[in-house]
Amino acid sequence: MIAHAIVFYIFSLIAIVSAIMVTVSKNTVNSVFFLILDFISISCLFIMIGAEFLGMIMLIVYVGAVAVLFLFVVMMLNVAQQKNEWFNSSGRSSHIPVGLLVSIIIFFELIIVIGGWKYKPDLLDSIAIEINTDLTNTQSLGSVIYTDYIHLFQLSGMVLLVAMIGAIVLTFRQRSGVKRQSYLKQISRDRKDGIELVDVENNKGVKIDV
Amino acid sequence: MFSIGLGHYLTLAAIIFTIGIVGIFLNRKNIIVILMSIELILLAVNINLVSFSIFINDLSGQVFTLFILTVAAAEAAIGLAIIVVYYRNSGTIRVEEIDRLKG
Repeated sequence: MIAHAIVFYIFSLIAIVSAIMVTVSKNTVNSVFFLILDFISISCLFIMIGAEFLGMIMLIVYVGAVAVLFLFVVMMLNVAQQKNEWFNSSGRSSHIPVGLLVSIIIFFELIIVIGGWKYKPDLLDSIAIEINTDLTNTQSLGSVIYTDYIHLFQLSGMVLLVAMIGAIVLTFRQRSGVKRQSYLKQISRDRKDGIELVDVENNKGVKIDV
Repeated sequence: MFSIGLGHYLTLAAIIFTIGIVGIFLNRKNIIVILMSIELILLAVNINLVSFSIFINDLSGQVFTLFILTVAAAEAAIGLAIIVVYYRNSGTIRVEEIDRLKG
């Protein structure tokens, strides 16, 4: 039990510190690295409390895809000279106290909710899908999302498809002066457009006009 | 202190959620950090759902976490695409200089 507590405190401390570093870090690339550290420690926590599948999926999706996407965009855009000017920024910075105040109020509201929170008395009788301890976490999730939640599952696939098409359409641009392949032109090309048969006279040669 | 319960996980999620909100409010640098703060907020929500799911012994929380993960990935892709297009058009993604809407 104590080992569990120690591991929990270590991972959550790493998660909180790296979350702070994401927001205050001077360099955007460093923020992305701390975001990766945050995701990894949270997925370790997930694995620790028995949601192994989600922990691994978090590693794959967030660290493998989302964080690399962030890193790619940060390195592609030239934001290196835009150092973080958080508190000592020029000009109007009147929103900082208000922002801090609102954040602190939100935090204390969340803490109050957690402190005064109790199970609804009949909550444990109305469980939607009980966790079967004979199956592994992956098996039980798979037995649910392909049956009960199949429509939501396919809908999330549609969301990903739309996001992919949207990202491609947004970032696609047609440069002028770049040669592109046109299938319509290629297919509709005729034989007489490309080939010209010439009768060559002896010792005269052929004059080709390009 | 040494028996980790639901409250510990909820407190961790609340702290990370608040850090994400602070990151959105106080950021003066660039929009990419704001997107990362949004990812932090979604992460906190995921922690809440998974810990409730484990401690109440109900699997549906983990199912919804899976869907939130999908939506978060889609949102990051679209957001970064918008940022790339904006940078291409205006040459900056500093929060202070994005004032086309005069807000």
